[in-house]
Amino acid sequence: MLPCSSDARPVTDTMFARGIKRKCFDGEDEIEGTLAGFKAIPSYNLQRQSLLDMSLVKLQLCHMLVEPNLCRSVLIANTVRQIQEEMTQDGTWQIINAQSTGQTSLDRLVSTDILCRSSKEQGEGKFISGYSNFNTDFEEIQTQDISELSTVTSVQTSRNMQNLWEMGNSQDNKGNFQKSLDQIFETLENKNPNSVEDLFSDVDTSYYDLDTVLTGMMGNTKMGHCEVLESFSSQATTNSSSNCKTELNEIDHIVEILVES
Amino acid sequence: MEEDLDARKINSTFLRDHSYATEADIISTVEFNPTGELLATGDKGGRVVIFQREQESKNQPHRRGEYNVYSTFQSHEPEFDYLKSLEIEEKINKIRWIPQQNAAYFLLSTNDKTVKLWKVSERDKRPEGYNLKDEDGRLRDPSTITTLRVPILRPMDLMVEATPRRVFSNAHTYHINSISVNSDYETYMSADDLRINLWNLEITNRSFNIVDIKPANMEELTEVITAAEFHPHHCNTFVYSSSKGTIRLCDMRSSALCDKHAKFFEEPEDPSNRSFFSEIISSISDVKFSHSGKYIMTRDYLTVKVWDLNMENRPVETYQVHDYLRSKLCSLYENDCIFDKFECVWNGSDSVIMTGSYNNFFRMFDRNTKRDVTLEASRENSKPRAILKPRKVCVGGKRRKDEISVDSLDFSKKILHTAWHPSENIITVAATNNLYIFQDKVN
Repeated sequence: MLPCSSDARPVTDTMFARGIKRKCFDGEDEIEGTLAGFKAIPSYNLQRQSLLDMSLVKLQLCHMLVEPNLCRSVLIANTVRQIQEEMTQDGTWQIINAQSTGQTSLDRLVSTDILCRSSKEQGEGKFISGYSNFNTDFEEIQTQDISELSTVTSVQTSRNMQNLWEMGNSQDNKGNFQKSLDQIFETLENKNPNSVEDLFSDVDTSYYDLDTVLTGMMGNTKMGHCEVLESFSSQATTNSSSNCKTELNEIDHIVEILVES
Repeated sequence: MEEDLDARKINSTFLRDHSYATEADIISTVEFNPTGELLATGDKGGRVVIFQREQESKNQPHRRGEYNVYSTFQSHEPEFDYLKSLEIEEKINKIRWIPQQNAAYFLLSTNDKTVKLWKVSERDKRPEGYNLKDEDGRLRDPSTITTLRVPILRPMDLMVEATPRRVFSNAHTYHINSISVNSDYETYMSADDLRINLWNLEITNRSFNIVDIKPANMEELTEVITAAEFHPHHCNTFVYSSSKGTIRLCDMRSSALCDKHAKFFEEPEDPSNRSFFSEIISSISDVKFSHSGKYIMTRDYLTVKVWDLNMENRPVETYQVHDYLRSKLCSLYENDCIFDKFECVWNGSDSVIMTGSYNNFFRMFDRNTKRDVTLEASRENSKPRAILKPRKVCVGGKRRKDEISVDSLDFSKKILHTAWHPSENIITVAATNNLYIFQDKVN
């Protein structure tokens, strides 16, 4: 069960080899029957959402490169467009955005969780345990961090709101989204030669080395990327706990926090 | 027993060395020359290694035409574009041989931005006894020259020299994905993500833009060029493929800028297989004319398709390369494997096609018998004259002996580049930093 099919009927046999017992995420019968309705098919929407998140993270990473692989960027951007179109059609775009205010952190955690786990399960068994350890560790850290960071993040968000989202009406998320896509394409063409240096000038490169992030993504096909994604989403959660307005803003925040911390 | 232990030791060192192979050693392209006598490989470190097939000897019939290293040279170096503040990788994206016209061999090699024409020639004699130069090449004082002599050629050890003859630069803003020599042997084209340029092999300071799909506003960009090739016999015709799974055939006689295609090959999407990944997996990673020029073969993520030049609405043949991955597209998207660019090749008579897959597997499809086979390029079966055993990937729960489950495929071992000898059944397969050459069973 994956966000693979764009009509509302999920492909049931995907992801799991035949003969292996499938885990039940949600009532599948429900999903078969109802079309669209957000409440009726939460898992499909959740997975579609996580696919969208993943695509946006990928796009942002392209965005940071001076000369990204154009074919890959275009294909990812088209995928994002397609998901956005579908979400606008069935109305989930608004609902998700309305819901996202305030309590995104948990939703997001769950969504990336599902995505990573499902891909790991078919990868290597041993990694799952490592992953779940990581996850619990992360939760512990998170609870500490939120209390410690609350002041910092609120300062950051208010500043970010001014800097980045002053154009974006909180209700007009589509415009915001379009904007971020447009920015990405703009940079595909006209690269500010200093952008990457500027971005990373204050960053402790030993940890946030762009190469490490990217080679983790490109090179290590088994597990690297999931960890990267996870680290991104951990950034996102600490951030989004402080009233971040939209999903998309968050992705931008992730990058910005990466840059500023 | 002792021998066994020793053998194991040797093996483990060998394997360790293997795993320490650097990124620069990864083979990024392989190509036979038009006679099949030479085989060129390019790697991520910008090197070109040429192998030559040794002459058949009557004394050792089992050593039939093995390939040995003939010449190695550094084709491209890492560069820095100061205007865009960006590093240009030295990785060789493609190599294409120019059909041989004299004793020397010529080939084109390209990285992301610059195409180079290399001359590879042999020298086994050196001139001796010049009148105006001494043996070290220094000019002699004319007053000391009292007699005239005729210079002679003396035999020496065979030397293979590679010299850069032309450098075609500054014509591509995006990354070059294909080069193709025209059947007139005078021109070639180079294709990047958005443009295709036509060059004369002799002229480096000028090229003609023949395709440009760059939109005025880059925000509207939804499609890129993924590969391009000239027709093997008609020098006015070429094709290029796109990230949307379409192929355009252009005729250079119709206009200087081939914005309007002569033919447009596209298969309607199967609604039952539609998913968020439909477009990504339909993106064409390679396009090749058959030797006859009657067919085009395209490779997308899951299939190889053969198109008849006279039928644009659907391919005449579709072969599943690794359909079992259809259920894994999400994780393949996550780990970026879905963007891997697999190439495909024809055999000499256009009756068999070959392409790569994961886990060091590669596939062959016989177009006449419709039989297909999965083979593996691995160290175990690469012992000289070992016979390749067909491999099978099992999809269901029950795994038979010798089968490998989809879940245990290694996605870091991928065969992207393969080549087929132009007339014989000799194939070469590049698996990361190893090059395998297989041939039909002797006898």
